[in-house]
Amino acid sequence: MEIAVISGKGGTGKSSISAAFMSLVSNVMAVDCDVDASNLYLLFHPFHDKELVFVSGKHAKVDNEACIGCGRCEELCRFDAIEMTQGKAVIDEISCDGCALCYRICPVDAITMIPVDKSRMYIGTFRHGNMVYGRLAPGEENSGKMVNQIREISKNIAKEKLCPVTILDGPPGIGCPVLSTITGVDKVVIVTEPTLSGFSDLKRAVELVRQYSLPTYVIINKCTLNQTVARQVEDWCAQINVPVVALLPFSPEMVEALVEGKTIVEYRPQSDMTNLLKKALSEILF
Amino acid sequence: MKIAVASGKGGTGKTFVAVNLFHSLKNKGKCVALADCDVEVPNALAFFEADLCNEIEVTEFRPIIHNDQCVFCGKCVEYCEYHAIFYMPSSRYIRLLNDLCHGCAACSVACESGAIENSSTVVGTVSSYKYQNSVCLAEGRMTTGHPSPVPLIKATMKNAFQDQSEYELYDSPPGTSCPFIQTVAKSDFVILVTEPTPFGLSDLKQAIDTLLTMGKAFGVVINRAGLGDREVYDYLERNGYTLLAEIPFEEEIARLYSEGKVVSEHHEGANRVFHSLADKLIAYGNSSN
Repeated sequence: MEIAVISGKGGTGKSSISAAFMSLVSNVMAVDCDVDASNLYLLFHPFHDKELVFVSGKHAKVDNEACIGCGRCEELCRFDAIEMTQGKAVIDEISCDGCALCYRICPVDAITMIPVDKSRMYIGTFRHGNMVYGRLAPGEENSGKMVNQIREISKNIAKEKLCPVTILDGPPGIGCPVLSTITGVDKVVIVTEPTLSGFSDLKRAVELVRQYSLPTYVIINKCTLNQTVARQVEDWCAQINVPVVALLPFSPEMVEALVEGKTIVEYRPQSDMTNLLKKALSEILF
Repeated sequence: MKIAVASGKGGTGKTFVAVNLFHSLKNKGKCVALADCDVEVPNALAFFEADLCNEIEVTEFRPIIHNDQCVFCGKCVEYCEYHAIFYMPSSRYIRLLNDLCHGCAACSVACESGAIENSSTVVGTVSSYKYQNSVCLAEGRMTTGHPSPVPLIKATMKNAFQDQSEYELYDSPPGTSCPFIQTVAKSDFVILVTEPTPFGLSDLKQAIDTLLTMGKAFGVVINRAGLGDREVYDYLERNGYTLLAEIPFEEEIARLYSEGKVVSEHHEGANRVFHSLADKLIAYGNSSN
């Protein structure tokens, strides 16, 4: 079974909660899909069996000597990535999407496409099972494509090593890497917090997940910071029939656990927090 | 001066810093504007009572492929780098896979039989708001289900404000990939908000590496100081990076924020921190001019 943990808003405690879940399942398949800010490896220190190169895309490069300055590429580029400067085409790498249209239409073949290949994907094992994660090189794009690839890898490993449960720690937001994280999973857990921004982002995340008709569960983290908003979130979830599987109090122990390099379940195995998380996971699983 | 408020890690308090810094600069009589570029989940404007005065729809190219006019030459399929055209010449079937399309229009350039019609799809809206007698608040809001926020971020930065402000603040999306790059690329200075935890530090390092590659000036704000450990401080000191401000972790601050309040209006400690941050940015702006 594949369970994706997402949040809409960042910093709601998604990774800490995913990590706690991962340490509650034996022979788990742990997948860190937050590829531009992957963090779980900091807690789990996986032993790397394999490192793979990820080609995130291509960028156009102009041969200045060959360019005749006709401006056809500038005119056709939909990403405003080409500007004619002193009679030569200049590519803005930040705006270039790698569509290769300029390369195809250049009458003098002055443009080449260079693969962008600094990002890496890692496959390994850790104290609770198997782990796959990706690290997008700073500034690189196509995080959705990378998520698709690490999920493909994780599916094969889960099959081979008979992992009963796969837990995917998703990225924040509701864009391409999130779509790639939730596509085809069995269940989605949305972690929120009782702040107006958390609530507003939860609504957008739920709206997105609904488009995929996936079974959805909500965890309200840091409830004690604002009980009133927490209750509002709870009521709203009841109205739209989304089960709230845990109301977690704010606890500095969550941060202390991180500093110790442990999940809350490992750091305080007998605590209320651990029990609440155990209960939530069994509700999600069964 | 354009200032992006960003962070590698989500939820470190970008919006919190952007909103309160806006408030402090305004209180000092500065002409300041704030645009929310976290277009996937925008929420900076929820902190203000402002009136909508302009809204534009942002669109992106989408082809409409006419099956009946297609000669099945396959040139559009060859041109499409995103594999967004589903093509079965043996059954004379061709269709656009909308989710994969980036709107580059290469297919339209490729087609010689007039089977591809140029059309567009709405990627989101850019709205500008009037607040305290000037149009100084704006947000981009992406259509749910649309995959890429980048075109909308570009449009937000370009169209949010007609008049130039002395200080333009951009609340950036989290991460260090394309949405983050797009927001910081057009900024003169970047404020990186982090928290003193191992996750915060790891993401901060990645964000700083990216900014160094881009040659951007930046400073760091540590939020929720007192929680976690000293590693972030050591890292900043070791590398000589600027610590612009520290905001202590207090339940009172978290509560005010959760209620949708501009914290520095109600909390003396936070007010002092943001006033001093505003002063530093003003001094930086004056020195770089």
